[in-house]
Amino acid sequence: MNNSQRLKFGIVVFPGSNCDHDAHYATGTILQQEARFIWHKEGSLGEVDVVILPGGFSYGDYLRCGAIARFSPIMKDVVRFAGNGGTVVGICNGFQILTEVGLLPGVLLRNASLQFVCKYVRVRVENAETRFTSKCQRGEILEIPVAHGDGNYFVENDELKRLEDNGQIVFRYCDEWGKISEAANPNGAIANIAGVMSEGGNILGMMPHPERASDPALGHTDGRKIFDSVVESVIQQFVLT
Amino acid sequence: MYLSKIIVTLRKSILDPQGKAVEHGVHALGFEKVENVRIGKFIEMNVTADNKPEAEQITKEVCEKLLANPIMEDFAFTVENHKAP
Repeated sequence: MNNSQRLKFGIVVFPGSNCDHDAHYATGTILQQEARFIWHKEGSLGEVDVVILPGGFSYGDYLRCGAIARFSPIMKDVVRFAGNGGTVVGICNGFQILTEVGLLPGVLLRNASLQFVCKYVRVRVENAETRFTSKCQRGEILEIPVAHGDGNYFVENDELKRLEDNGQIVFRYCDEWGKISEAANPNGAIANIAGVMSEGGNILGMMPHPERASDPALGHTDGRKIFDSVVESVIQQFVLT
Repeated sequence: MYLSKIIVTLRKSILDPQGKAVEHGVHALGFEKVENVRIGKFIEMNVTADNKPEAEQITKEVCEKLLANPIMEDFAFTVENHKAP
């Protein structure tokens, strides 16, 4: 593809996905890119530049969130795509699936409060030199909603240190002044982690829903910066290669 | 045929808020001597195998690959003879 072309977003639909249309709307209608749904039974992603694993409750969250979706036929090709450096974004349930399939470290436990949390939260951009945050500044505060019961990110201490040393922590929950505090942590996540990326920097998992904060009509557009970053970065990558 | 009974529990190092909430309930009932309530999952499954070690091996693999997530969970199981009904 070249600069004038549009990116192809592939949005994987699992039984129980419920943010797939929002992701399609944000990337296709708001960002004016090509967006296409990919049913989880398909064996191939086809021609895509970015894969989104959307939010929802795939397979009813049976056993563990994301544990069954990981065996959907399409996931083999998602793993292949990611292994080749392809850009993958997992949002909420998509994040859970990415940890279950082993593309991202850690796991998402039940919220410490035991309550489903559905509200706007603030996250601080911890690393702006990623393909997901190139349009943000380091330390910038984004207001994006969360809606989950299992968003309590956990990794062992040595893994946490690795994530910190490698700059893989992309977003942390913060207060209105950008301070990382327990009060600003909606789910008990270790080190207030709201989003992490793979060591290679091509796979992002995040609990907040950027697709729900992309349309000006809804009052918040901070989520759009993440999609805009992806579009800019991936296009740049194509120009360079 | 064998019957596997599997228990999946949160690893000790992981806080179990559900267990804590139940513990509060137990204390509210007056059972002050009860503590460290932890909640897990119980899973049963039939396994066709030539012998018990084979059934145990299959059960172990299913636990490792799907039923438990080693980052947060431990598992234990028993395997017994099972006559198909």
